[in-house]
Amino acid sequence: MGENESFLKFLFDAIFVAFSGGRRYKAWLTALLIIIIFGLISYSYQFREGLIITGMRDQVSWGLYISNFTFFVGVAASAVMIVIPLYIYNFKLFKPIITFGEYLAVGALLIVIANVLADIGRVDRLHHMLPILGTPNFPQSLLMWDMVVLTGYLLLNLLIPSYSLFKTYHNTKPKRWIKAFIYLSIPWAISIHTVTAFIYGGLVARPFWNTALMAPRFLSSAFASGPAFLIIALLIIRKNNEILREEISDRAINILAQIVAIGGVVSLFFLGTEVYTIGYSQSAHWINLKYLMFGLEHNGVYYGRLVPFFWASFILTLVATILLINPGTRKNYRILPVACFLIFTGLWIEKGLGLVIPGFIPSPVGEIHEYMPTLMEVMISAAGWAFGFFVYTLLVRVSIAIETGEIGSYGGMSRLDYLRSLKERRSSE
Amino acid sequence: MKETRRDLIKKAAGAVGMASVIPVSKPVISLTLEEFLQKHFKEMTEEDKREVIERLEREYKEKYGIDANIKTTPPIKGVVWGYALNIQKCIGCRRCVYACVRENNQSRGSPDDPSIPAIQWIRVVRVEKEKIHPESETGRDFRTKFGEVHAGVNIEITDSYYDPDKVPEKDYYYIPIQCQQCERPPCVKACPTKATWKEPDGIIVVDYNWCIGCRFCMAACPYWARHFNWAEPYIPKEEINTNMHYLGNRLRMKGVVEKCTFCIQRTREGKYPACVEICPVGARKFGNLLDPESEIRKILEEKRVFRLKEEAGTNPKFFYFMD
Ligand code: SF4
Ligand code: SF4
Repeated sequence: MGENESFLKFLFDAIFVAFSGGRRYKAWLTALLIIIIFGLISYSYQFREGLIITGMRDQVSWGLYISNFTFFVGVAASAVMIVIPLYIYNFKLFKPIITFGEYLAVGALLIVIANVLADIGRVDRLHHMLPILGTPNFPQSLLMWDMVVLTGYLLLNLLIPSYSLFKTYHNTKPKRWIKAFIYLSIPWAISIHTVTAFIYGGLVARPFWNTALMAPRFLSSAFASGPAFLIIALLIIRKNNEILREEISDRAINILAQIVAIGGVVSLFFLGTEVYTIGYSQSAHWINLKYLMFGLEHNGVYYGRLVPFFWASFILTLVATILLINPGTRKNYRILPVACFLIFTGLWIEKGLGLVIPGFIPSPVGEIHEYMPTLMEVMISAAGWAFGFFVYTLLVRVSIAIETGEIGSYGGMSRLDYLRSLKERRSSE
Repeated sequence: MKETRRDLIKKAAGAVGMASVIPVSKPVISLTLEEFLQKHFKEMTEEDKREVIERLEREYKEKYGIDANIKTTPPIKGVVWGYALNIQKCIGCRRCVYACVRENNQSRGSPDDPSIPAIQWIRVVRVEKEKIHPESETGRDFRTKFGEVHAGVNIEITDSYYDPDKVPEKDYYYIPIQCQQCERPPCVKACPTKATWKEPDGIIVVDYNWCIGCRFCMAACPYWARHFNWAEPYIPKEEINTNMHYLGNRLRMKGVVEKCTFCIQRTREGKYPACVEICPVGARKFGNLLDPESEIRKILEEKRVFRLKEEAGTNPKFFYFMD
């Protein structure tokens, strides 16, 4: 068995198939590539001139980059919502979608990394964070923790699905040791979003973030946004692939949609408790939230750039949650992707701009300075998105090709037998 | 599909056009190997320090044509610096701000791009004296019966851009805020690379050659004391203060964080910080907290002293007082 499993052949086949596809597939990749290129051009200006080309300043010292970073950590973490039902509760219907979920974590983490890199003032000194080469402030600094857990999670989510595909490709059984990594990935997923929440939650300087509810809120919204994205991806995959149309069952999608709905409900509930606790007591935390929800007035000037975003986010999340709770709309495949898109957008605002920016306004010494990202900043951040989407697309393409027998070493079988065995593989453990 | 792509290209082209307005004469990368291999300040031997300083002095000479003298004067034993500021006296003239900018070589912004802000380590904020008005309504049916009583200050929302020509104004306090040299500094805890730390004399410093510019410390500072070089700093050559300290006022580069160091280059040599010297009303007091005879200790014992945001648990060594 083992001796014939060539890794190189697997890799070459995978790379080859990743870049082959229909016209629309190639157009999609090209579009992403163009976005990436424009982002890189913009970044070269940022690299030369400094972060001055962004809308950030001392008053609002983190902006769009860190917003996207925060949100996509959540999307990455949510892969666990497929892993838990499948591996803990043995919910077999998730078997055909597991690789798409795990690779989603990879794509999301690439967006995370791209946006963090874009935000760093001195990328030439990143090695200062590493042991031996640098002086990592571990365990004191939460950024160090985040780097450790994010790197680990990226490796886990590259390894687990790739290993599974590798075995499928050679039509051999996965070894038992991979289970250890799969189980490890569950607490690890929770940890990445918890640590990311702690980056904010541990800052006494920023009352808006300094709340114990930060990590629970992060997790609840993540468990809605990630699966919402995955549903859209699965619907697209189903539409374009005959074999997977049967495999990715309505029931699996329905369960995912219910997970999104629950995530939405819990998120809204947490938002409500936060608004009540802070708003009713009118404590020091209130001023930032007030800025976010209603805007502030000072010396006759109104500052409320985030207000429409907050309410849009709230309404989008609320409407989507209702659509997803109601079985009639949830099971309607025309409405479902729309609802998923709405909640994804709503939570992107909430966990991105709506979380990061109001923490800075007003500043700790009482200055109200509003933030607006520049076009170049948007393009750099978008390139990060495009990069993640690009890689995710390729990974999904390879997974489909292997799962459906488009490529594979067939383990010495005829194609027909092989396809049959693939099918059995998916329905058994 | 086609449309959106075309849109995108249009937008992108716009951005590139915008960018080309920015002068592009600077070298894309000016990183030398020595700079890349430089160690953390605290891990340098005396020999390493000498080499780094020679290199920096050479660089400053090439770039600005100045003869800088960069010192690494160590802390004085038995000294922990403390600061006290009399907010009753402060008239909000902001002279300390400008003295600080000059002494500590802060960026003046940019001569040809007004969007590039100047850096100022001291920020003087104006706050209205909170009053208890006879007619003020708190809640539904409570009316106070007092006269015009001043009842403290609140820095939740302040004015940073009041007109310094009009000061002092009745009904306002001016609160200069700079790094409070916290005994338990959240900025130090936050820094992923230990690029910022507390020296034995209590001053929080930054190794500008070690900072990666992540700005986590800025988010962590409750006093908005840390400032970032969003662009390459600009200082007219003749205004550069050549008396420098490695951990203090030496010239910075783009992409790193900087902050007040109680004028480490002066105070470690027995001089007062520049802001103390310039203050026209003598509102600023500075001294050794460990010396029971020092002026600062007298103030702490005899005056009405408070610290900003005590609830943050940062234990500042910067005190505010009233007579
Ligand atoms: S005032 Fe800010 S920068 Fe200064 S020591 Fe405290 S936390 Fe750090
Ligand atoms: S910006 Fe520099 S000093 Fe501040 S936390 Fe990051 S590396 Fe440390």
